[in-house]
Amino acid sequence: MKRLPRLDVTLAAALLSVLLANPAAAETPEEKGLAIAQEADRRDEGYEDSAATMQMILRNRQGEEATREIRSRALEVADDGDKSLIIFDEPKDVEGTALLTWSHKVEDDDRWLYLPALKRVKRIAGNNKSGPFMGSEFAFEDLGSQEVEKYTYQYLRDEACGDQTCFVVERYPVDKNSGYTRQVMWIDQTEYRAQKIEFYDRKKSLLKTLEFKDYAQYLDQYWRPARMDMVNHQTGKSTTLLFRDYRFRNGYSDRDFDQASLKTAR
Amino acid sequence: MESTPASGRPLPRHERWIVAYAQWIVRWRWWVLLLSLLCLVALGAGARLLTFSTDYRVYFGPHNPQLLAFDEIQNVYSKNDNILLMFEPRDGDVFSPRVLEAVREFTERAWQLPFVLRVDSITNFQHTQAAGDDLAVEALLPDDAGITPERIAHIREVALAEPVLIGRLISDSGHVTAVNITSQFPPFDELTQKELPEAVAATRALRDDILDEYPEIARISMTGSNMMSNAFTEAAAGDMKSLVPAMYLMIVVITWLMLRSGSATFATFVVIILAAASAMGLAGYVGIQLTPPSAASPQIITTLAVADSIHICVTLIALMRAGRAKTDALVESMRLNFVPVLLTSITTSIGFLAVNLTDSPPLKDLANISAMGVMLAWFYSVFTLPAMLAILPLSVRRTGDSRSGALTRFLDGAGEFVVRRRTPVFWSALLISAGLTVLAFRNEGNDLFAHYFGPSITFRADSDRIAENLTGLYSMEFSLRCGDAECVSDPEYLRVLEDFTAWWREQPEVLYVGTLTDIFKKLNKSMNGDDPAFYRLPEQSDLSAQYLLLYELSLPFGLDLNNTINIDKSSSRYIVIFEHLKSKHTRAIEASARQWLETNAPEMATHGTSPAVMFAHISKRNLESNFLSLPLSLTCISLLLLPALRSWRIGAVSVVPNLLPLGAAFGVWALISGEVNFTMAIVLNMTVGIIVDNTIHFLSKYLRARRELGYAPEAAVRHSFHSVGAALVVTTLILVSGFMILSMSAFLPNSGMARLTAIGIVAALLIDLLLLPTLLLKVDRAPANAPKKELSDEALATP
Repeated sequence: MKRLPRLDVTLAAALLSVLLANPAAAETPEEKGLAIAQEADRRDEGYEDSAATMQMILRNRQGEEATREIRSRALEVADDGDKSLIIFDEPKDVEGTALLTWSHKVEDDDRWLYLPALKRVKRIAGNNKSGPFMGSEFAFEDLGSQEVEKYTYQYLRDEACGDQTCFVVERYPVDKNSGYTRQVMWIDQTEYRAQKIEFYDRKKSLLKTLEFKDYAQYLDQYWRPARMDMVNHQTGKSTTLLFRDYRFRNGYSDRDFDQASLKTAR
Repeated sequence: MESTPASGRPLPRHERWIVAYAQWIVRWRWWVLLLSLLCLVALGAGARLLTFSTDYRVYFGPHNPQLLAFDEIQNVYSKNDNILLMFEPRDGDVFSPRVLEAVREFTERAWQLPFVLRVDSITNFQHTQAAGDDLAVEALLPDDAGITPERIAHIREVALAEPVLIGRLISDSGHVTAVNITSQFPPFDELTQKELPEAVAATRALRDDILDEYPEIARISMTGSNMMSNAFTEAAAGDMKSLVPAMYLMIVVITWLMLRSGSATFATFVVIILAAASAMGLAGYVGIQLTPPSAASPQIITTLAVADSIHICVTLIALMRAGRAKTDALVESMRLNFVPVLLTSITTSIGFLAVNLTDSPPLKDLANISAMGVMLAWFYSVFTLPAMLAILPLSVRRTGDSRSGALTRFLDGAGEFVVRRRTPVFWSALLISAGLTVLAFRNEGNDLFAHYFGPSITFRADSDRIAENLTGLYSMEFSLRCGDAECVSDPEYLRVLEDFTAWWREQPEVLYVGTLTDIFKKLNKSMNGDDPAFYRLPEQSDLSAQYLLLYELSLPFGLDLNNTINIDKSSSRYIVIFEHLKSKHTRAIEASARQWLETNAPEMATHGTSPAVMFAHISKRNLESNFLSLPLSLTCISLLLLPALRSWRIGAVSVVPNLLPLGAAFGVWALISGEVNFTMAIVLNMTVGIIVDNTIHFLSKYLRARRELGYAPEAAVRHSFHSVGAALVVTTLILVSGFMILSMSAFLPNSGMARLTAIGIVAALLIDLLLLPTLLLKVDRAPANAPKKELSDEALATP
């Protein structure tokens, strides 16, 4: 599992800093929205790789709860989307199952699943990225690498969020297979961290709200949330992700994120 | 309830108050009228708060066990409120380019309909197949795919072999196909009641678009729980539009025939409108949501309210005919009718209030609105009516009314006949009503919600058409639990599901079974290079869990398994669809399924649930609760009457004509239909409240003749026939006409309830005129306490 609110570099840093240093310059809401996304992406650049342990807690309207344990690793890729590896530890029947994702800026991501019972790697069709991840309220596209190019943007307004001030930016998925028509993001102005995202479905109704909580800073630069809460307003179901043991710069390489590595991932 | 001519005897204190009150009304008549109108405005304003309830769940009380079980399934998995649309191609073949294109376009656009949660059709069905060494999960007809002959052949081959689709989204011959739209409305307590009509209207608009665009589609029929809820709303609204005016017309005609006075008819009409409008306004203030049963309350109020006014007007006119001045006659009529009208209103209300012990909230609403309406009708009859009668010109011809005279003469003859042939009359009346009462228990509850609606409601025709061609509207769901988390992929569990499915498919009524095992079998086949030999359950627990994970990761937005597997994967949803079954049969098949589980997988044993199951229990629950509250209402009514009757023995006798008509009515119903709906349960209490009035009128005349006039029982019976017989016949006529109009309701449970009530009222009249007098002659053997007198014409005034 890759950390969520990180966006990749796409434009020259110099150009970015010019744009951002002068927010009062006459720019369209579209330009400003894009600039905010790019700045957030720029600030997360250079983390190289990371690993974390994640607990997923699912709840339904009846009040039932289910918990799943997952380990995740991510590798920064300079001029394409990042690579990530998810290893399922429990339940026991899927122990050792591993999911490899190569995200791409524009094209469909590549995904493979290793099935230990078969000792085989199976490719997962790329166009179905909008489905739920392991029965949770998170879709693949919510969890995957948030490449800047996957959306178009529009800055809406500034707004207080908690004790900070946020940019409120709307973004529209480029991929027509997305489950969403738009998302509204709250990004704080001091550190450019996503604080909240509202997801609107194909009938343009509010479907879900995602909140990021308990951010901590690593390597004096990279902010990661310890908790993410996703609530589905239509079904009353919700999912909480709890992250722990963030580790950066583990020395991973491309060879740790290829199909062969899936079989040995532990 | 007796008209005592003021013959020097001092009036009792309460009558003096009534006289003073009536004089006060006459004096301040314009102010009274103004005040009445203010009441109407203040109370009637609440009517703007009335909404039509749009969820069929309102028929079930908050503690209804079948509703609780059903809601639990919906909370654990997902809602299954739905609209199913059946596409009928003109040439009878779904597998043609234009038809598939229409289904695909409809499916795609349906995602944008309000409150939609998921859309399932043959075009977006997620077909799994081997793609080299990988698993391909793809829509049968992807959005951007061209519709080539090869593609069509592939779709036909897959769809007509797919147990997940056949009998639900495609017929086995491929002549019709369906799109199922699942909706998720806000929680019950947050509904504004605008959601469902909005969703239905948008879906109908989309259907019309597609029909315009694709003339190859001959017809699209719509059913499903949302259409059912919507049909309830449309039936209620339709009834209010068509039946209420018919009811008013009937009331005007009957009142005019009886009173032969435009002014009195007009005043009566105004009172009825005031009562019905105020009651509906109060219902709005109380927050009642209208349903087809409660939407019938204005009609019931109208039917019952007219009697109050007619009593007062008839006495007034009779007194004026006898030569009294108008004001004098009005005050006297008030004195004579104030208490009887109050008493009968209270007894009627008691009958209605007893319905509150019933399970189904719409029936309580109907009863409570009617109880309020009946009391408001009494108020307006003794407040507004005399004021209006004082204001309006009233001309009365001094000639005798030959029509009521003929009726009275007929009833005199009937009284004579009853006294002379008392023994055969008694025994035949008793045996017939007792025999019918025995038959009454042969009625059985049968609530088929699709059959609740008359032919004017399209939901009925559409549902029947879909049932004939494709799939049933009646289903049953089970949440089958395997134990610990993640156990749904356990081969042991899947084998039990497979056996359960085999058992279900043996039942002749079953049209479709939706089970997780069909998904696993297909996955196993696809994971093994589409080898048909692998179309069976995976044998290793870890393998099947990993297949499931792979499959889940491959599904697109909205088409996930959250509606089939619970969040910790410890239970799965199991759906059976069957033909229209009678309630009894539904309960039986649910019980045998449970028995099967208890025998073969006791840890999974659970109740099947669905709207069909809920409605299969609804009439039984409501009949039982009304049966239990009947003694309560009867006791309350009898206690109220005892002071008037002043005799325990006569009080006990009065129970016979109050109860037997119910048994007789249900007995007659068993002969003509034999099936009761849940709405008929309230006939028990409602009818008691209404028919007790007749008994009161008859008994009070009889007792007065015995006690005050010193008549022997025989003469007292003749006297009662003479003085109230015609009035009883006429009130029965009014009530029966009112309920017969209600029986034209497009909501058949209302119609049945009205017909049964009408039968009960007729039975009550016959029993009051045949069994009650002969019973009195048997029981009341005390000698007359004064010499026999001949019948006089006094007391004619009060009907």
